[in-house]
Amino acid sequence: MDAKHITTKERLAIPRQIMPAQDPQERIHNFNEVHLGYTPELAQKEAMRCIQCKDPVCIKGCPVNIKIDQFIKMIAHGDFLGAARKIKEDNVLPAICGRVCPQEDQCEKTCVLTKKYEPIAIGNLERFAADYERETGNVELPAVAPSTGKKVAVIGSGPAGLSCANDLAQLGHAVTVFEALHELGGVLMYGIPEFRLPKAIVQAELEGLKKLGVSFVTNAVAGRSVTVDELLKEEGFDAVFIGVGAGLPWFMGIPGENLLGVYSANEFLTRVNLMKSYQFPDNDTPVFNCKGKNVAVFGGGNTAMDAIRTAKRLGAEHAYIIYRRSEAEMPAREEEIHHAQKEGIEFMLLMNPVEFIGNDQLWLTGVKCIRMELGEPDDSGRRKPVPIPNSEFTLPIDMAIISIGNGSNPLIKQTTPDIDVSKRDTIVVDINTMATSKENVYAGGDIVTGGATVILAMGAGRTAAKAIHEKMMGINAGGQEW
Amino acid sequence: MHKIVSAIFLAENIKKIEIEAPRIAKKRKAGQFVMIRVGQTGERIPLTIAGSDPEKGTITIIVQGMGKSTRELNSKEAGDTISDIVGPLGLPSHIEKFGTAVSIGGGVGTAIAYPTAVALKEAGNYVITINGARSKDLVILEPEMKAVSDEAYITTDDGSYGIHGFVTQKLQELIDSGKTIDYVLAIGPIPMMKAVAEVTRPYNIKTVVSLNPIMVDGTGMCGGCRVSVDNEIKFACVDGPEFDAHKVDFKTLTDRNKLYLPEERQSAEAFAHKCQLSKQV
Ligand SMILES: Cc1cc2nc3c(=O)[nH]c(=O)nc-3n(C[C@H](O)[C@H](O)[C@H](O)COP(=O)(O)OP(=O)(O)OC[C@H]3O[C@@H](n4cnc5c(N)ncnc54)[C@H](O)[C@@H]3O)c2cc1C
Ligand SMILES: Cc1cc2nc3c(=O)[nH]c(=O)nc-3n(C[C@H](O)[C@H](O)[C@H](O)COP(=O)(O)OP(=O)(O)OC[C@H]3O[C@@H](n4cnc5c(N)ncnc54)[C@H](O)[C@@H]3O)c2cc1C
Ligand code: SF4
Ligand code: SF4
Ligand code: FES
Repeated sequence: MDAKHITTKERLAIPRQIMPAQDPQERIHNFNEVHLGYTPELAQKEAMRCIQCKDPVCIKGCPVNIKIDQFIKMIAHGDFLGAARKIKEDNVLPAICGRVCPQEDQCEKTCVLTKKYEPIAIGNLERFAADYERETGNVELPAVAPSTGKKVAVIGSGPAGLSCANDLAQLGHAVTVFEALHELGGVLMYGIPEFRLPKAIVQAELEGLKKLGVSFVTNAVAGRSVTVDELLKEEGFDAVFIGVGAGLPWFMGIPGENLLGVYSANEFLTRVNLMKSYQFPDNDTPVFNCKGKNVAVFGGGNTAMDAIRTAKRLGAEHAYIIYRRSEAEMPAREEEIHHAQKEGIEFMLLMNPVEFIGNDQLWLTGVKCIRMELGEPDDSGRRKPVPIPNSEFTLPIDMAIISIGNGSNPLIKQTTPDIDVSKRDTIVVDINTMATSKENVYAGGDIVTGGATVILAMGAGRTAAKAIHEKMMGINAGGQEW
Repeated sequence: MHKIVSAIFLAENIKKIEIEAPRIAKKRKAGQFVMIRVGQTGERIPLTIAGSDPEKGTITIIVQGMGKSTRELNSKEAGDTISDIVGPLGLPSHIEKFGTAVSIGGGVGTAIAYPTAVALKEAGNYVITINGARSKDLVILEPEMKAVSDEAYITTDDGSYGIHGFVTQKLQELIDSGKTIDYVLAIGPIPMMKAVAEVTRPYNIKTVVSLNPIMVDGTGMCGGCRVSVDNEIKFACVDGPEFDAHKVDFKTLTDRNKLYLPEERQSAEAFAHKCQLSKQV
C-alpha cells in the first residue's frame, strides 16, 4: 500500500494493528517490558488507518494537544524522525506518554473512528516514533536560547518538574532541580515498574535534560534540607516551581492494618523498583518474599495493577485484586487490566475488606471481606458501592498491599505556611499560570490535582514554565504590564 | 559522595563518625535524623544527627553495629566515602523551659538523646541525665553527658559501673525522693522506653520517646514507618520521630520491627563472611 494514493475506504478496511507483546506465561517470570513495540512496517500500516480528518478531534482529547494528525501522516510516509520531532513540539516525554497515558480516555477516545471502528493506536504510534528516534541515535538537542541570567529552582523530579525544567532551560534560564530521593524521575522511577516503563528510557530523558544544562541535586528535601523561602531569599532563585507529587499513602483505617505483611503500594513498589529488592541479597533492601504466597492488592487504579503484577512476577501463587466496585469503574488503564487478567491475576470485584486477621506472631493470615452491590451514583458520577448485609467471608492471604490513593506530603506545608492549600492539602494555583498564593512560587502535577496522570503533570509543568518565563522577563501576557 | 572526616570507636561496636555534609550541618536541629545509603547497592537507614559543626560543614553520627548496613558503616575509616546522605529529616525535638528535665538514654540511645539534652540545658532547664548500658565497656559519652547535666547518673545491668540496675530504677528513686520532674525524654531499646512510660504514667509526667521503626524513604512517601499513637496512624519520619510516650502502642512497634528478621540475618551473615574473606587475603 502507498500512503499517498490510498482511499478512505481502503484506510478504514485496515484493522487496528496489535503491538507484539511477550507471552503472558513467559512474562510473569521476568521484569522485561510486556510490549515489544511496533516494527516500522506495523507502524506505517497503523498510521495509514488515520483518515486525516479536516477537524482532527483527536487533538482535543490530548491534554497537551499534540499535532496528532500531522505526526501520524509523517509515520505513514515513513518519515519517522520527522514524526518524533513534531510530537516533541508539544510533549517532551513521548516515549513515556506513549506507554503510560490512559489513551482510551484521552486522544483515542475522541478519535472519530472510535464510534464505528477501532480508534487509531495513537499511543503506540507516539511510542514508536520516540523509540525510533532514540534507538537510532538521532535525538537532537533542542536549540537553547542565550543565557538570560535568571535562576529557577524546580522541586521534585517527576514528570511535572522535568517538563518545567526542560522548557525553562530551552528559554535560556539556569535551572536547578532538587530531588528528595537518591534517584531522579519521581513515580517514573520508583512507582511504575520496569515491565511497563523501562528505566533506561527515563534515564535517556534525564541525560537529555543534563545536556541541555539543567543541574540536578539529589538527596535534597525541600522543607527540610532547604526551604522555599531560603531558595528565593538566600540562594538567589528568581522563581520556584513545586512538583513534589502526591506522596503520603492512605490506609483504610480498618483493624489489623499494622500486621506484618500489610504494605502500602508505595512502599512495596519503592522497595522493588527503587531499592531493587528483587535482587536481594545483592541489594541490601529486603521485601516480603512473595514466592508461593497469596497476595492481595486493594484498589483498582494503575498503582494497584502495577503492585499485583509485580507480586506475581516475584512468585505469588495467588494474586488477587480486591476492588469494591465493578470492572467498568476501575480507574486503571484498560490495557493494564487486560494484561493483568492474561497474567492470571484473580479479580475479586464488588468486595471490600473490613478486617485484617493475623496469627499470634502478628503475621497477616487473612482478610475478612464483605460483598458489595452498586447503588446510586455518587459525586464522581460513579455508582456507589453499598455493602450487602451478612455477606462477609474470609480469604486466606499472606500479604496485603493497600492501593487506595495518596494524600499530600506535609513537608512544604509545614515549612511554607504562606502557600495556600485546599482542604485536601493540595496546593491551590491559578490554572492559567500555575501560580500559587506566594509570589514567584508556582506548582503543578499531583501536588495540585491529587493523584492524576503523567501527561497532566507534564502539561502543568509546561504551563508553569511559560508563566515563569513571562514573569521573569517582564513579558506581558495579557496586554498589561506586570 | 560524602567524605568521612574521622571515625573512632566509642565502645565495642559503637562508632562515632564525622562526615562532610555542609547543608545538613547548617540546618539540623536537635532530634532530627538523616537517611544514609552506604554504597550503591545499600539500603537507606535512619541515623540521628548527634552533633554538627556548621563551620567545618560536618555532621556526627553515632552508630551501633546491628546488622549488615550498620556494620558496613562501622567498617569505614577516615578518608572513606558514603554514597548518599539526606536530611535533616523528622521534626526537631520540642524544646522549652520545662523546669526539671530528665534525659534517659539506653545503649546507643544515649547518643540519640545527647543533642536533645544539650538543647534542654541551653533552654535553661535543670537537666538530669540517666544513661544505661549493659556493662562498663558499653558506656558511651560519659564526659559529654556530665558536661550538660546538673546531675548525671550511669546505670549498668551487671553492676560493673555506676548504679547496679536499670535506668527505670533510678528514675523511680528520683520521683520517690520528692523531686518535681516536669519532663522526661527516653530513648533506647523499645522495652526500655515502654518501661519508662509506665514509671511516669501514674504521676502524669510529660514523657517523650523517640521511635525507631523501619524506614525506607524518610520523607512521608511510603508509610512503612507507621506507628500507632493514640490509636491513630502516624508516620514517624514526618510526624515524629518523637511522640508522647503515654500514647504510643509499643507492642505494634516491637512486632513491626521484626518484619525482615530472616532477611536481616541473611544479609549480616553474608557480610560477616565477606569480612572474614577480606581479612584472610
Ligand atoms: C504505581 C503508579 C503507576 C502509575 N501509572 C500511571 C500510568 O500508567 N499512566 C499515567 O498517566 N499515570 C500513572 N500514574 C500517575 C503518575 O505517575 C503521576 O500522576 C505523575 O507521576 C505525577 O507527576 P508529578 O511530577 O506531579 O509527581 P511525581 O512523579 O510523584 O514526582 C514527584 C517527585 O518529587 C519528589 N519530592 C517529593 N517531596 C519532595 C520534597 N519535599 N523535596 C524535593 N523533592 C520532593 C519525589 O521524591 C518525586 O521524585 C501512576 C502512579 C503510580 C504511583
Ligand atoms: C529515627 C531513627 C533514628 C535512629 N538513630 C540511630 C542512631 O543514631 N544510631 C544507631 O546506631 N541507630 C539508630 N537507629 C536505628 C538504625 O536505623 C538501625 O539500627 C538500622 O537501620 C539497622 O540496620 P542494619 O542493616 O544494620 O540492621 P538490620 O539487619 O536491618 O537489623 C538488625 C537488627 O536491628 C533491628 N532493627 C532494624 N531496623 C531497626 C530500626 N529502625 N531501629 C532499631 N532496630 C532496628 C532488627 O530488628 C534486627 O534485630 C535509628 C532509627 C530511627 C528510625
Ligand atoms: S500524550 Fe497521551 S493523550 Fe496525548 S497523544 Fe500522546 S498518548 Fe495521547
Ligand atoms: S481523529 Fe482519528 S482519524 Fe481523525 S486525524 Fe485524529 S487520529 Fe486520525
Ligand atoms: S519512611 Fe516512608 S513514610 Fe516514613
